[in-house]
Amino acid sequence: MAERMIHELDWLNDPVVESDVEVNQNVIVGKLPAVVRKLFQWGQGQSVWPMLFGIACCAIEMMAAGGSRFDIARFGSEAMRASPRQADLMIVAGTVNEKMAVVVRRLYDQMAEPKFVIAMGACASNGGPYWDTYNVVDGVHKVVPVDVYVPGCPPRPEALLQALMEIQEMLKTGKRGLVTKG
Amino acid sequence: MEQTRELLINMGPQHPSTHGVLRVLVKLDGETITWAEPDIGYLHRCFEKLSESKTYTQVIPYTDRTDYLSAITNEHAFCLAVEKLMGIEVPERAEYIRVMMAELQRICSHLLGLGAMALDLGAVTGFLYAWRDREKIYSLFERITGGRMLYNYLRIGGVRNDLPEGIIGTPKDGRDKADKTIWGFINYFESYVLPEWDDLLTNNRIFQWRTQGVAPLPSEVAIAYGASGPVLRASGVKWDLRKNVPYSIYDRFEFDIPVGKENGDCFDRWVVRVEEMRQSARIVKQALQWLAENPGDYIAPKLPRVLKPPKGEVYIRYEGSRGEVGVHLVSDGSANPYKVKWRSPCFTHLQLLPVLAPGHKLADMIAIIGSIDIVLGEVDR
Repeated sequence: MAERMIHELDWLNDPVVESDVEVNQNVIVGKLPAVVRKLFQWGQGQSVWPMLFGIACCAIEMMAAGGSRFDIARFGSEAMRASPRQADLMIVAGTVNEKMAVVVRRLYDQMAEPKFVIAMGACASNGGPYWDTYNVVDGVHKVVPVDVYVPGCPPRPEALLQALMEIQEMLKTGKRGLVTKG
Repeated sequence: MEQTRELLINMGPQHPSTHGVLRVLVKLDGETITWAEPDIGYLHRCFEKLSESKTYTQVIPYTDRTDYLSAITNEHAFCLAVEKLMGIEVPERAEYIRVMMAELQRICSHLLGLGAMALDLGAVTGFLYAWRDREKIYSLFERITGGRMLYNYLRIGGVRNDLPEGIIGTPKDGRDKADKTIWGFINYFESYVLPEWDDLLTNNRIFQWRTQGVAPLPSEVAIAYGASGPVLRASGVKWDLRKNVPYSIYDRFEFDIPVGKENGDCFDRWVVRVEEMRQSARIVKQALQWLAENPGDYIAPKLPRVLKPPKGEVYIRYEGSRGEVGVHLVSDGSANPYKVKWRSPCFTHLQLLPVLAPGHKLADMIAIIGSIDIVLGEVDR
């Protein structure tokens, strides 16, 4: 059963992870002088536009982050784009099942570089409470490369905001991976 | 006359106003919808199958995640089913806490339903105001249950913990205590929030033009399609399980059932929801009075660690925030349920979409989906 599932999702595993290092370096950094590059990266970091795309319960907490108390606009990310072509960041907020995995992958492919993915909540990180079932993909990293995982079921909006700050840090330094310490 | 060719478009599963991952196939003649069909299953999480491998207590957090906007009502429905199966008597104080929480949750859920509908129709302000007040309920719930959105607060036979000290407050608490005491919130809600909703949107002419006359639902069609909750009541049918088939202790409370007119349209469904919030606030006030007068700490009976209900089956009807939640529970005498069937109102309401949508413009589709207020987590389970 498990083997068949992996095989079915096999075509989704195009070598995105291998190729994106070079591509991203080019797109983020380019061949600009150091000062301009810094300014450019700072600007890019302050205007991460997420994709307006909620799947399950975590989407409500994502909306809470966009609401009046937590106000994601403080971080320059209030412009939730409905089109993947205009988005920099995909927040996978909720349980991804087999039917949805194909859609998530297609949306990811449609986004322009540089693009980032936050796996919000336990379900997107590893299946969460539904890891044991026949229809749920255990972790969205099986479908798209994930930059930041946010634990919680659902995570508080503050946790999402911290994940966003990690993404900003990645854009500002031009490097993927864990940037902030502690 | 020249005829344009019909155009088949996909709305969703990633669409800003499908309330999650609904995909609607729409056939368009120009801009008019001629045919619409929802495609579901993008959030099927195997709740019913998964429940069979859990103990009865372990199922409760999963019921939270079916209709994640009104978690307490789902927990309440499931606990009622198990209690009926086992013949457990719930302490009176726990009953009042449950009802109070469920009604606060109903307010919370309707606020998001209305706010999201306003957002979809272009009124972003409504969405932000809804969130401002939802956060206040969240703060109260966080103090009571420990969770913001999904609580796992109700237990079979009672509730997990008593209300924390000082959360009830006094009837004089005003707006400054809105996120500290429940009385403060209710007073703030009744004196400030509800008039604001009326001013902002219900009596807003642009909003009325946008929603009045859109997707009228005759009452006989609503009944034939098994609609329930606000959608049914907006069509003029006075049917509320809390009044008609009272469960828990709802027969002790005074409240009215708001109904719409004979052909309830999107605006009627909106108005019914706003009125329902008002009635919920009334129930919460009565429950608060009782809780303040009858302090105590008996909130859950002593039960064995592993519950093994006797063989048999039970069906519970529950007036959830979106309509009639049904729990069909079959027990084979072991520690795990043999079968949990969840009747979801959203699933039933979604089948109204092919009836309501044809003949309207594509932009009205947004209003229709917003007004039937579906939660895809409950549709797919």
